[in-house]
Order: sequence, then structure tokens, then C-alpha cells
Amino acid sequence: MSPTELDTQAPPFAEPHVADQTADVALIVNGRALRLVIDPRVTLLDALREHLQLTGTKKGCDHGQCGACTVHVGGRRVLSCLTLAAAAQGQSITTIEGLAESDRLHPMQQAFIDCDGFQCGYCTAGQIMSAVALLQEPCGPDDDDVRESMSGNICRCGAYPGIVAAVQAVRGRRR
Amino acid sequence: MVAIRYETPRSVSEAVRLMAADPGARVLAGGTDLLVQFRTGVRQPSAFVDIKRIPELMSIAIDAHGLRLGAATPAAVIGEHAELRRLWPGLAESVRLIGSTQIQGRGSVGGNLCNASPAADTTCALIVNRAECVIAGPNGERTVPVEAFSIAPGRTVLQPGELLVAIRVPRPAARTSDAYLRLIPRTEMDIAVAGAAASVTLDAAGLCTTARVAIGAVAPTALRVPAAEQALVGSRLDEASLKRAADAASAAARPIDDKRGTTAYRRTVAGVLTRRAAAIAAARAREQGSHP
Repeated sequence: MSPTELDTQAPPFAEPHVADQTADVALIVNGRALRLVIDPRVTLLDALREHLQLTGTKKGCDHGQCGACTVHVGGRRVLSCLTLAAAAQGQSITTIEGLAESDRLHPMQQAFIDCDGFQCGYCTAGQIMSAVALLQEPCGPDDDDVRESMSGNICRCGAYPGIVAAVQAVRGRRR
Repeated sequence: MVAIRYETPRSVSEAVRLMAADPGARVLAGGTDLLVQFRTGVRQPSAFVDIKRIPELMSIAIDAHGLRLGAATPAAVIGEHAELRRLWPGLAESVRLIGSTQIQGRGSVGGNLCNASPAADTTCALIVNRAECVIAGPNGERTVPVEAFSIAPGRTVLQPGELLVAIRVPRPAARTSDAYLRLIPRTEMDIAVAGAAASVTLDAAGLCTTARVAIGAVAPTALRVPAAEQALVGSRLDEASLKRAADAASAAARPIDDKRGTTAYRRTVAGVLTRRAAAIAAARAREQGSHP
């Protein structure tokens, strides 16, 4: 089943509804100022994927347990499935698509490749967004500190050793 | 599904007006509980009242009297606040245990209280620190101690039109510290099987003069345990008094059996966590005494 089919199976709100209220939402996504007129119930995740065609951010559990949908809002990592797009009004949002500079991958993206930090890849965008945010957070130096800080991102393939190695490789270069 | 409004008040009075005008409206802070409930059909609000654009609800202020924590301030901001972590290390610990770092990026202490889960991580730590809820409503402001804020799982004392605007915590006395511990089957991202917080004050000779103990996830609401506090006061917080406090906490617990743990297990764990939390709070208070 392709990811597209998966998405249409789980629309944001399955019941038909009449929205006589819409939200006019201005967002800065990966440096681009955008405007959306949407139902206020639309999550940031669905706004990114369905309205802005930024499908790099993945929908995993869609209720805050898996971390696949992690993006940065106002410089902090959040779960886009538990953030309404309207609540991000005026904010600067960074998704996985916003990390690389033209052909040059973000060091964390490169480190995930170099350290085998993924297998199927479905959780990877969220893992990398968390890992990039971690670099700015008060996270201790040890592997265990990284594991704790990354505990909101679940990897069903079990690529955790590679993920920790990737994060530590980037942090090592920064020290 | 009917349409829903999205309101973005800029002041507490505007938020109160919106809440009072529509009994079906729900306050939206971080949304990390509300959106899950909304999308599983547990709650069907007629409007979201987004309070994160009200500056006083998004602030941390510490002065000679203590802490005033804006109800919608993200947990991540609280957990990184050095002065707050120094004065209330146990409270800071409890905030940093909520969900994941991403959940903490939006979730708030006010939301943790208003969601009124018996297992909420911040409740016990707030109770032992004598925290009060500042509630705004159509008839003005009132305060309620945190231990009286939740009245049942998912229910609080908030009346129609009211919202939680801040949590106030008095500044701790000299040689006072706190701790919070919880047990979960994973090490992260789970809901407490049981939790316990303690705050102790020592005199210059190291005797415990005041103690507060609260336990979570072992009753419909978090419980203060006066018998455990009495076991600690007057002692040097030695093993014998810690054991008595643990026994008192186990006796006060009235947990349910569910998939997270049996009644007997939760009762035992509540005691163990009480003993350990009191020991950690005592060590922290002694540490303060040695570096006045």
C-alpha cells in the first residue's frame, strides 16, 4: 500500500461536516510565508501534508505517541499531529524539507546515512527533526542522555543504536 | 459533526467572556490532551479558545514571594528555567516527565491540572509545594489549593465561564527541598502506575520541622497524606521515619486494578516511592544547609 492510500484511509475527520467557520492561517514554512484558509480542526500535520504537499513529515499514530510527525515550531520541536494549524498562526515552522541547503544535506541527515540510523525510513523524518532540536536543548553528554531525549520518537525497525550514533557523531563534531 | 469556532483572545477578560458566552467552548492550551480527546470523540467542543496568545498565561515570574506560572506556559520552557529548577527541583522534575520533549513543547502545567488525570505528573509536586490555582471567571478571580482543584478523574472545580490562568507557588523556606518520583513500565512516554512527591524543611540541626507528602495514580485524585507527613516531622528523616511515612502512604492509597497494575502492587509502590522521594528531598535540603 502506498503512503497516499494510507493517508486517504485515515482522513483527519472521517465524519462529514459542515464548516461554516474557517481559519485564516498565516505560516512561515521552511522560510516561505504562506496563507491557508482551512477548517480550524485541521492539524498542522494535515496542513503540511494535504494542503502544502510537504509529505516528508509522516503520519504515524496520529495521536501523539510515536513522534513520526515531529516538526519545529518557533524553534521548538512539537508533534504536528497534536498541534492545530490555527494554533501555529504567525509562527516559523521547519520540516524535514527545510533542513538541507540545496544539494547539501544537513549534518544530521548525513550522519543518519553514515551511521545506518534507519531501516524502513518511516520514522526517520521525525527522528531527524528531534535530533536537530536536541542539539539546541540542555541534553547531557552521554548516550543515555540522548536516548532519553529521543524517547518520544519510536522506531519500529529498531534502528536505535544507529540513531544514537548519528546524534553523537554530530554532537562530537560540534564540541 | 457541526462546525467549530477557533477563538484567539488576547486577554484574560476576553477569554472569560468567550467561555461564559458558550458553555460548549473548551480552553485550548497545548492541546496535547484535548486534541486526542476531541478526535476520539470524548469531547466535542463548539469552540476552541486558544489561550496561548495571552501574554500573562505564557510567562514565568519568580520574586520574593515565589513563583507565578502562567497556566499555558509550555512545559519545555519551564523545564529549562534555571531558577525554577534550583528552587523547586522536584516540581521541575515532574514537569520534565510529562510525555516526550515534543509533548512538552506545547503541553502546559495548567493543562496537566485541567485534564485532571489522577496520574498527572505535576499534581503531587505542586501539592507538596503548597501551590494554588488562580482561576478567572465572570465574577472575578479566586484561588483554590491544587489539592482541591481536581474532584474526580477528568473533573475540576472550574465552573462554566471560568479558566485556570496561573499557578502560584510560595517561595520555599530555608533548608527546604522537594522531589517527585513515578513508576512507569517504560522509562519514558507512559502514564504513572503510581507517583509520590515530598517536600521537607529542616532546622539548623537537621531535624525535620515541616513535611508535605502527596501520592498520585492511586486514587481518583492525587492525595495528600497527613499521616506520612506526621511520620517525618520531628525526625532526622532516618530510615525508621522514612519507613513509617512509606507505610502511611501505602495505607492511604486506594488504587484500582487495571492494565497498569494491581491494587496491591500500586499500594506497595506508592509507599516505596514516598520513602525514596522523601529521602531525595531530605538530601537536597541538607545540601542547601551546607551551602547557605
